[in-house]
Amino acid sequence: MHELSVAATMVDLAVEEAARLGAVRIHALHLRLGRLSGIVKEALIFSWDAACQGTALEGANLVIEDIPAAIYCGGCDTERELQSIQHFVCAVCGASSVEIVRGGELEIAALEIE
Amino acid sequence: MMGTPRLVEIRQNVLKQNDLLARNLRQRFNDAGVMVISLVSSPGAGKTLFLEKTLAALSSQYRVAALVGDLATENDASRLARTQAPVRQITTGTVCHLEAAMVERALEGWNLSDLDFLFVENVGNLVCPSSYDLGENLRLVLMSVTEGEDKPLKYPTIFNSADIAVITKIDLASAVEFDLQAALCSIESVRPGMHVIEVSAKTGDGMEAWYQTLRPHQIKKREITEQAK
Ligand SMILES: Nc1nc2c(ncn2[C@@H]2O[C@H](COP(=O)(O)OP(=O)(O)OP(=O)(O)O)[C@@H](O)[C@H]2O)c(=O)[nH]1
Ligand SMILES: [Mg+2]
Ligand SMILES: [Zn+2]
Repeated sequence: MHELSVAATMVDLAVEEAARLGAVRIHALHLRLGRLSGIVKEALIFSWDAACQGTALEGANLVIEDIPAAIYCGGCDTERELQSIQHFVCAVCGASSVEIVRGGELEIAALEIE
Repeated sequence: MMGTPRLVEIRQNVLKQNDLLARNLRQRFNDAGVMVISLVSSPGAGKTLFLEKTLAALSSQYRVAALVGDLATENDASRLARTQAPVRQITTGTVCHLEAAMVERALEGWNLSDLDFLFVENVGNLVCPSSYDLGENLRLVLMSVTEGEDKPLKYPTIFNSADIAVITKIDLASAVEFDLQAALCSIESVRPGMHVIEVSAKTGDGMEAWYQTLRPHQIKKREITEQAK
């Protein structure tokens, strides 16, 4: 369970960015969260308010965009979304692949500021 | 005066600090010609015993050292230190995983080019260590026969972040009716083609095969450093 420390890092980065942008208020932080990031979404949401307390983000919303995992399938020569991260196989041809092209994201996408 | 909120694109990796440190560490390890191997598993899967045996076996031919992460106590470091290899404990306090900065700090004062192999035992945890690159060249994920064959399906992300799977405590396999085939299937499902080693650190079964897998890496490493000179 390291979501609280991850949330705290997010807050630090956002405060820094907001200051750079000359923001007077931060309404929301938009996060891209990959299925293979190792971060538990519910735990992150649960930690959010505590991490924001006493900072410029107090009261700010956390908006999470879930990024599904995707592999590159050599057989089909294309990217395929995984149906489940327990099965690294192409959903169309059934070939297995370890070439991950998406899903590891833990990225602040945007800030809603004024 | 009320402004209207505006959406400003940022695109910042939250763990960039760790990733950057890990990249620097990997560069240092490569420059020094030391092969760095980290171990992750659930608590008690057998990382320390596996390392004890590995350090003892390799130390006749190679210069080896280890870092060992735990929430508290220096017990694991004391166990490993019995092998005479240089060992340092990293106590993380409340942090449930190692981070690149902790590894960097623990290495202070060590001359990396004096080493052939450096082992890093992570805190027993199958979730959190997957997000943190430590700059290692090889990551092992250990699972013991007593944990159930479907461990990889329950923790796909950590298996995915690792290079080799080690099934430990095979001396207990029949007592717990461990189904090796089922375990291999689970591993293959979450990480197709993953190299799997089955060992008992207690009896020594399978350990020779593990040492053999280290050999080509070491040889390759050395050629690279020779060429670089
Ligand atoms: N039978 C048997 N027991 C083992 C084997 N390897 C480890 N054990 C036992 O399992 C227990 C835990 O082993 P450790 O090596 O301390 O496990 P660990 O993964 O380092 O544990 P943490 O650092 O606490 O996460 C100890 O009682 C070991 O003696 C093995 O191959 N066979
Ligand atoms: Mg241990
Ligand atoms: Zn395909």
